[in-house]
Amino acid sequence: MEGSSAEAALSVSANSIRITDLTQDGDVLTFAITSQKLNGSAGVCVFRTYEDFEWLQQSLFSQENVPGLQGIIFPPLPPKALPTQLNMQTKAFKQLGFLALGQGWQSYCKALEFYLQQVATHPTLCKCKALESFLINTESPGKQRGRKGIFNRLSQAVEEMRKESHKDVDNFFQNERNRNTSIAALSKVATEKLLDVVMTEQKLALACGHFSTSLHLCVNQDDADAVAFSKVCLKLSDIIEAVKRNYEKVASNNLTTLGLGLDLESRYQEAEKEMLFRRTCKLVELETVKKSTEKAKANKREVMEAFQKAVEKEFNLISSVAKQEIEHFHSSRVNVLKNFLIDWCEQQLNTAKECAELYSQHLEACRNMYSE
Amino acid sequence: MAEEREPPPLSAASHTGSTEPEDGEDLFVSAVMEASPASPEDVSTSSNGPKPEQIFLDEDPDDLFAEATEEVSLDSPERQPILSDGPSPAITPVTPTVMIAPRLDVGVFDRSPDEDEDEEEGRDTFDMQISVSDPEKVGDGMNAYMVYKVTTKTSLSIFNRDEVSVKRRFSDFLGLHSKLASKYLHIGYIVPPAPEKSIVGMTKVKVGKEDLSSVEFVEKRRSALERYLMRTVKHPALLKDPDVLQFLESSELPRAVSTQALSGAGILRMVNKAADAVNKMTIKMNESDAWFEEKQQQFENLDVQLRKLHASVESLVCHRKELSVNTASFAKSAAMLGNSEDHTALSRALSQLAEVEEKIDQLHQDQVYADFYLFSELLGDYVRLLTAVKGVFDQRMKTWGKWQDAQMMLQRKREAEAKLQYANKPDKLQQAKDEIKEWEGKVQQGERDFEQISKNIRREVGRFEKDRVKDFKVVIVKYLESLVHTQQQLIKYWEAFLPEAKAIA
Repeated sequence: MEGSSAEAALSVSANSIRITDLTQDGDVLTFAITSQKLNGSAGVCVFRTYEDFEWLQQSLFSQENVPGLQGIIFPPLPPKALPTQLNMQTKAFKQLGFLALGQGWQSYCKALEFYLQQVATHPTLCKCKALESFLINTESPGKQRGRKGIFNRLSQAVEEMRKESHKDVDNFFQNERNRNTSIAALSKVATEKLLDVVMTEQKLALACGHFSTSLHLCVNQDDADAVAFSKVCLKLSDIIEAVKRNYEKVASNNLTTLGLGLDLESRYQEAEKEMLFRRTCKLVELETVKKSTEKAKANKREVMEAFQKAVEKEFNLISSVAKQEIEHFHSSRVNVLKNFLIDWCEQQLNTAKECAELYSQHLEACRNMYSE
Repeated sequence: MAEEREPPPLSAASHTGSTEPEDGEDLFVSAVMEASPASPEDVSTSSNGPKPEQIFLDEDPDDLFAEATEEVSLDSPERQPILSDGPSPAITPVTPTVMIAPRLDVGVFDRSPDEDEDEEEGRDTFDMQISVSDPEKVGDGMNAYMVYKVTTKTSLSIFNRDEVSVKRRFSDFLGLHSKLASKYLHIGYIVPPAPEKSIVGMTKVKVGKEDLSSVEFVEKRRSALERYLMRTVKHPALLKDPDVLQFLESSELPRAVSTQALSGAGILRMVNKAADAVNKMTIKMNESDAWFEEKQQQFENLDVQLRKLHASVESLVCHRKELSVNTASFAKSAAMLGNSEDHTALSRALSQLAEVEEKIDQLHQDQVYADFYLFSELLGDYVRLLTAVKGVFDQRMKTWGKWQDAQMMLQRKREAEAKLQYANKPDKLQQAKDEIKEWEGKVQQGERDFEQISKNIRREVGRFEKDRVKDFKVVIVKYLESLVHTQQQLIKYWEAFLPEAKAIA
């Protein structure tokens, strides 16, 4: 599919890419990205803002001389985050979804990191010079947004509806489109529902905190009975505090494992959808050209036929790239989800065990204290 | 039911300073006005109030206008204890004028509270279990009502049997409380308040709505009735009260209709409420005992704290319910995802995920139940109990007021007598002297009553404080047990899911 890798491949190891730090200056967030050189053990560290990531993505979209570029499922870039979004439970925050929650932007950085790793491990995309310069150059790649990519989906609103349901000529693709439509929708819903659960868990933790604090305020040393009651209240306060911490941990686990996983899956399904749509558009173009060619007058026919051949060639290239992408996507997404599910289960199991231990200790202590 | 508000033997017994039952009984007999040796059952034949009531509803229709809210809040206007029919409590006769039920163990009334205190030492072997169960709807439409089975299991000797079950309706409980309050409140006993009425809740049940909220309502009420009875019998004096014993043991109980708002008794209550409010404002007590002032302040503070706690817990319960809803919703979406998934192992794992989440949802619901019934209701009960506590402090103030009034009256009578000395009207003079004697007696009685109520309150408050600590401790242990149980269940679920996740691909 791809040509020989005469072009320099990425000089750093894809798996070593990490986002290690994050600084905030007003509205601007700067990420520290580190990676290991393939030759030798030298490490590289660069600083990038979100705009730089966008530049990278655009550069990937607008590569030239890459056959069947449109058939590639581009790793999805997480949406932009505003610092204010992450500290408030606002509607804007909901747009960012999962990536907004979590202490210290942990999930958001993880998602960006994942994005870079996906790009760097993609056989075609890793060769893009833009990636190299993004990861290596001390200087920021610049704010140039000159070349518009091949994506103008947002402006195709009306046509989109019509083309999206255009019947395919190939069963493999028709099936894939159907499957993708349903899974994309369902995973988006599941992600949102999980987000609701996590937010409620956090609210519950907050409510526990209030209860615990109110109990502290009941302390009163006036006489022996009051002291006894105060002790009881303080004990309960400790217990509720433990409940609160448990919920915070459970929410955090949900967030950083399953939440992240579902969010990624959801965005990847969207990315596949976009690719399939591009191919469908090409198909529509091809069929339109075919019809025109048939109707063409003799003097135009040759030109039209040549044009048709070119479009057909493009379409076939896209289709073959797409097929490979789809197969790779199928197996890799299962792996990704598997890892997230295992992580999720293990973390929740650990939290549950720790918590059970703590509660049992409290119970033991109370039973001993209170048996008269 | 009408004529048995006063337990005169108690004050009388303290008058002699002794606790011999024999003396008490003698006093008793001399006090009897109605000498009918009716069987215990008949004693509480209700007089049905001064007016025959025309309304047969179980709950107060009047309240429909007054309380439009979902549930009667902690600040219900029906806060004042519903006292039984009889002379207005604002004019409490000091001399014994009533007959007490001539039960076999009538002597219990003569026991001074000090004896009860000794009994309390042996209270650790308090062996009594009351359960309220099996709510049943009787009748239909607006005349319907719920009947509850009250089962008492005990080895105490004052009960005829080890285990007895009776059927009671909500107004029976209110009636019981009303009788107890009218007997004991004014001598300073903290009578546990009965659960509150709820128009909206009850109407839903009557109308026959079988939805979740009416089921919850009935359960909430059942639990509240059970707690009410347990609290009542834990009080050593109340436990032996014939009305309580009758309530728990006898199969038939005359309907307590004076608990309705529009009955004659209801109207009397409203009048008395107003009178009490005025009295409260005009009585300025000279507090000679700092203990009472301090305690009142403490209880004010406690009231505020408990209300805050109650609000916190309500918020907790609310959020947990929300969590349960969201978890169920997520479980569904995960199940749908699993169904659409082609990859077999992943599909199965996702379906398992959905099942785990459903089970977690069930755990959330169970925890809601625990939060609510353990904490929320406990705190609510204590806020209401505090009102009863404040009530006895107010009663003490009233008792003091009566004593002062009697002293003033005596002063006036003496002045009148002095005047008559010079007017040379022998018959009127004699009358004046008689009146002085009468009022001297009343002054002495007033002082005794005041001292008695003060003493009772001190003891009651001590008991209340200890019970409070005990109650909370019990609840905390129960709560922890539920928490531990939940966590252990969770561990099981996660351990079952892990191999499924690992088996993917």
